[in-house]
Amino acid sequence: MNRSFLARNPSILWFLALLGLFTLVVTVLSEGLGVGMISTSFVKTLGKTLCLCLIAVAMDVVWGYCGILSLGHFAFFGIGGYAIGMWLMYARTETIVERSLANQVIPPTPQEVSDAIASQIFGVVGASELPSLWAFAHSLPLQLLMVVLVPGLLALVFGWLAFRSRVTGVYLSILTQAMTLALSLYLFQNDSGLRGNNGLSGLQNIPGMGDVPQGVLSVWFLWASAMALAVGYVLFAFVTSGKMGSVIRAIRDDEARVRFLGYHVESYKLFVFTLTAIVAGIAGALYYPQAGIVNPAEIAPIASIYLAVWVAIGGRGRLYGAVMGTVFVTLLSSWFTGGGAPDIDLGFYRIQWTDWWLVLLGLAFVAVTLFAPQGLGGLVNKLKGARAKEAKA
Amino acid sequence: MSTLLEMSGVSVSFDGFKAINNLSFQIGEPELRAIIGPNGAGKTTFMDIITGKTKPDEGRITWGEKNISLLGKSESQIAREGIGRKFQKPTVFEAQTVRENLAMALRNPRGPFDVLFYKKTQEGADRIEAIAEQIGLSDALPRLAGELSHGQKQWLEIGMLLAQEPRLLLVDEPAAGMTPAEREKTTEMLVNAAKTRAVVVVEHDMEFIRRLGCRVTVLCEGAVLAEGSIDHVTSDPQVIDVYLGR
Repeated sequence: MNRSFLARNPSILWFLALLGLFTLVVTVLSEGLGVGMISTSFVKTLGKTLCLCLIAVAMDVVWGYCGILSLGHFAFFGIGGYAIGMWLMYARTETIVERSLANQVIPPTPQEVSDAIASQIFGVVGASELPSLWAFAHSLPLQLLMVVLVPGLLALVFGWLAFRSRVTGVYLSILTQAMTLALSLYLFQNDSGLRGNNGLSGLQNIPGMGDVPQGVLSVWFLWASAMALAVGYVLFAFVTSGKMGSVIRAIRDDEARVRFLGYHVESYKLFVFTLTAIVAGIAGALYYPQAGIVNPAEIAPIASIYLAVWVAIGGRGRLYGAVMGTVFVTLLSSWFTGGGAPDIDLGFYRIQWTDWWLVLLGLAFVAVTLFAPQGLGGLVNKLKGARAKEAKA
Repeated sequence: MSTLLEMSGVSVSFDGFKAINNLSFQIGEPELRAIIGPNGAGKTTFMDIITGKTKPDEGRITWGEKNISLLGKSESQIAREGIGRKFQKPTVFEAQTVRENLAMALRNPRGPFDVLFYKKTQEGADRIEAIAEQIGLSDALPRLAGELSHGQKQWLEIGMLLAQEPRLLLVDEPAAGMTPAEREKTTEMLVNAAKTRAVVVVEHDMEFIRRLGCRVTVLCEGAVLAEGSIDHVTSDPQVIDVYLGR
């Protein structure tokens, strides 16, 4: 009974071992640090996929385990990206400005430096002053704090209002869609203080690491993403195991009954919603420096719906299912939309996969929901079942 | 025997329909009480009001030695005060094991962080074993609750209530859909439970209530029609008229 938490959950160790092996293999094959069989851009794709896996695991906890179909978690992911992006842009622009002002006869005043940075960053939206939103942008620790605080607080306030009023089911999903849509529309405005539809760009250039080639940086970010996924996975495995897991699964299945057992259901939902939002923010903060750019289109409502599709295809209610679904769908998606799949010429019509991929994805989603509700993760059960049968025979 | 729960002058209406009409009711500790009444008499609404699911339009509900008011408390607060409820349809968590179901109900701190860092104790395990024995599910502890028979689910739910260690237990139609043997066992469980606490049983089945051998309250149109021993109420002409005579 008192065996350690990891010993009771062997699938965690399996996952960590595979993740470690994957990271090692990619490092050895990478252009930056290894033999050069994997291009830098593909290393970045893999690193980004790991970040997407992390938010998918969070989504699985909030939806698959706790039954809250949030269709707004990508908003928290985007906020994390914006929070880190502000520091990246500010600090890099600062070094450029300081270098260009260095050979002036009269040394520039701090105000002049700050104005120059502002007009560099905001010239594109016709402004030349740093909005108050950027008050902490000069400091990495403060912006890192924002990565956690802003998604956390937004989720806390939103969740408190929604759960307290007992908004559940499809109504809650619609509300979360409205939240991410509102945020995205707000960010599209030029005077939002975050460069409107231009978003924040040049995020792949890490300030103070100008000498490190992108090939090496990409591997470092892959490691960081793998580390974050590992920590997040163990954290969520801890939350969903034991008595806490029991209670949140019970809330998913019959929340009224849980209330009559004396549990304050709203607190539990709020806890799960906020914790997953924070992890989503951290995943976003690691994703966007690898993507290089974050803009309001990233947090459009459709992004959060994709997230739900990955988790559904991977299999709800098991953490590795979310990872499987995300890896499978995103890599397949980049193969289809990146011209990897040859177009099919039917004579009267030419199937171009860049257009038809979404149809395929939609069909896959419907098929999984109807015929394989356990998703890809269900395959693991089949395998286990087969092995158990062999052992018996 | 001291009064544990007292309702006085409670009324509630849904869209103009008076489901509960100036109802007064009290129960002591320990006591076993049966509530009967025709369909629509307000039996389930009565339970909904006590457990905080439905807010009454008027009236008072006081609880315990200090006569604290239950109005304005949430369902979970009322449950933590010591009121447990069993639903008509067995509602156990079918995707979880019998042990997990019972562990969730065990009387322990209920906050999210208490639960997150909860450590299993030998005491808790013993308690679960003891309750499982009481409800005849000792061998079923590692099984999924969804695999149990209908009767076993009913017992598991009663076991979950016992694990909560409530002072008042509200039980809605516990014998529905049970075989005669299962009924007998259920009767025994409830009579035992009522030795140390207050138990209110809502039931249609006269024979079942007769076996409980307790005071009976007859509800009709949201108010108390008669109260007393089973023989007393079954000979009441009003009761015969609205309920038994049909």
